[in-house]
Amino acid sequence: MEKVLFKYIDEPEQYRIENYIKNGGYRAIQKVFKDFTPEQVIETTKQSGVRGRGGAGFPAGLKWGFVPQNTGKPIYLCCNADESEPGTCKDRVLMERDPHMIIEGIMIASYAINCHHAFVYVRGEFVYPAYRVELAVNEAYEKGYLGKNIFDSGYDLDIVVHTGGGAYICGEETSLLSSLEGRRGNSRIRPPFPAVKGLYGCPTVVNNVETLASLPSIFNNGVEWYRSHGTEKSPGTKIFSLSGNVNRPGNYEVDLGTPLSYIINDLGGGIQDSRKLKAIIPGGSSTPLLMPDQIDTPLDYESMAEAGSMLGSGAIIVIDDRACMVWVIMKLMNFYAHESCGRCTPCREGTVWLKQIINRIENGDGRKGDIELILDICENIIGRTICPLGDAAVMPTRSIIEHFRDEFEYHIEHKKCKVKTDYPFV
Amino acid sequence: MILNDTTIQEIKTRMVRYPSRRSAILPALTAAYKQTGHLNDKIYREISKIINIPYVEIAEAATFYTMFPKKEVGRYLIQVCHNISCSLRGADNMLEYLQEKLGIGMGETTPDNMFTLISVECLGGCSAAPMMQVWDTYYEDLTRGKIDKILADLHAQAEKDGD
Repeated sequence: MEKVLFKYIDEPEQYRIENYIKNGGYRAIQKVFKDFTPEQVIETTKQSGVRGRGGAGFPAGLKWGFVPQNTGKPIYLCCNADESEPGTCKDRVLMERDPHMIIEGIMIASYAINCHHAFVYVRGEFVYPAYRVELAVNEAYEKGYLGKNIFDSGYDLDIVVHTGGGAYICGEETSLLSSLEGRRGNSRIRPPFPAVKGLYGCPTVVNNVETLASLPSIFNNGVEWYRSHGTEKSPGTKIFSLSGNVNRPGNYEVDLGTPLSYIINDLGGGIQDSRKLKAIIPGGSSTPLLMPDQIDTPLDYESMAEAGSMLGSGAIIVIDDRACMVWVIMKLMNFYAHESCGRCTPCREGTVWLKQIINRIENGDGRKGDIELILDICENIIGRTICPLGDAAVMPTRSIIEHFRDEFEYHIEHKKCKVKTDYPFV
Repeated sequence: MILNDTTIQEIKTRMVRYPSRRSAILPALTAAYKQTGHLNDKIYREISKIINIPYVEIAEAATFYTMFPKKEVGRYLIQVCHNISCSLRGADNMLEYLQEKLGIGMGETTPDNMFTLISVECLGGCSAAPMMQVWDTYYEDLTRGKIDKILADLHAQAEKDGD
């Protein structure tokens, strides 16, 4: 299977500009400046069918097309590198090992939307990835690839690397903008959408690292080539972060539409310690479960939706039969309650309430009616918040109860786990 | 003054990169935290003067972000990821091992002020679990043996630095 984003990922010095150029880097942007108008860049990106790789899967070219060009205000581009969802660790690899690919993608996207000032918002804990991106930005400036009149195109572009403060919610695009403005990372009501009123009240596009990194290959090789990867509705390749109970966890790039079983069994080496597969969280911790009989589901946006889940960020968390599913959802709910920004009451109060009930059940103090209470709280969170964090907390909770209700009932009745979770640390 | 010249210069250098100086709040907090290891009211006031934004706005931003400790910690801050991907590979037992090894509970600092141990939500090292972070450095695919060596190396580093 052809690697696109990870083509040079194992070359130790790929992060240096000389090696990126040697391997064909910065040719796409020069081609874009020479042969494409901004409108043609948007149209080509639309035709390529590349969709947002951060989780939502919104077509990138379509998003750029929403940016108004006649407001008299500057237009901003934000590269979303605030990778924080449990299971997701793909953008970090690109930032550390091939940061110029991201920068070239930012250049292409900026040109398309007429942005002259772009930002890379990196999660605060990613000190080393942020260092590598900043190093790459500095190298690009030194070479004259950023700043004024880049590649003699008459186009000016500045890129600023900005690090966050360890808040998951800042990966949500409106919270990211609040944070980048120096405020608490609270989400904002849409509309107005960021494309119209975003950073500093100006038109803004927020694109994920992997989305932007996909652009140079599209413009180097053409739409037809890009669409030869993946499926008709989900073209291209995608990086999947494989974690949990597999023999070889890691980040793997495959064509969209590749069966989930290929990642888990062939690339990941199968289930750890020859245990039995119990469940899979397929697209980051916010996505509903897939069960073992769904392991051959193709990894594309449509097939995952048909299977009752989501492709999300492509973070596949594999759970074997040693895990109590009450324990699993406790781990996730502790996360969502901690990371809620607190702006919307259903999310702020609801996630904490869910956390308390689930922890109580896990600790052997479950009460009759707790399952119904959990589902009722879920019903009062989902769809009632400004951003999707509330939904992200509800979806795996409902899914785990749907598939493993017996474990909750056993826990409540017997005051202990049906399966005692105890993963050894060697 | 708590912030030294290097930190102040770092803040000023970053400030000019933004269309609005308010955007320099997080970079300023990061620079301060890197120097001091924690943040407090006095630091907020100093930052407030450097970037000319009211103190309360610095404080309200700082308190939102969990990455910055708000009280003093030991020489080395150990943050252990205990979310799902790490827990499926033994993070809970790893936390117990660290507590036993350091002789402290969660959130505590060793009596020699060398280590503070806390657990954190996802650190984005899921495919190399279990993992932990000591200040800026990630340590991944951890085992008991690796942890023993990391702690010994950090002790040796402290001795070398004369502390």
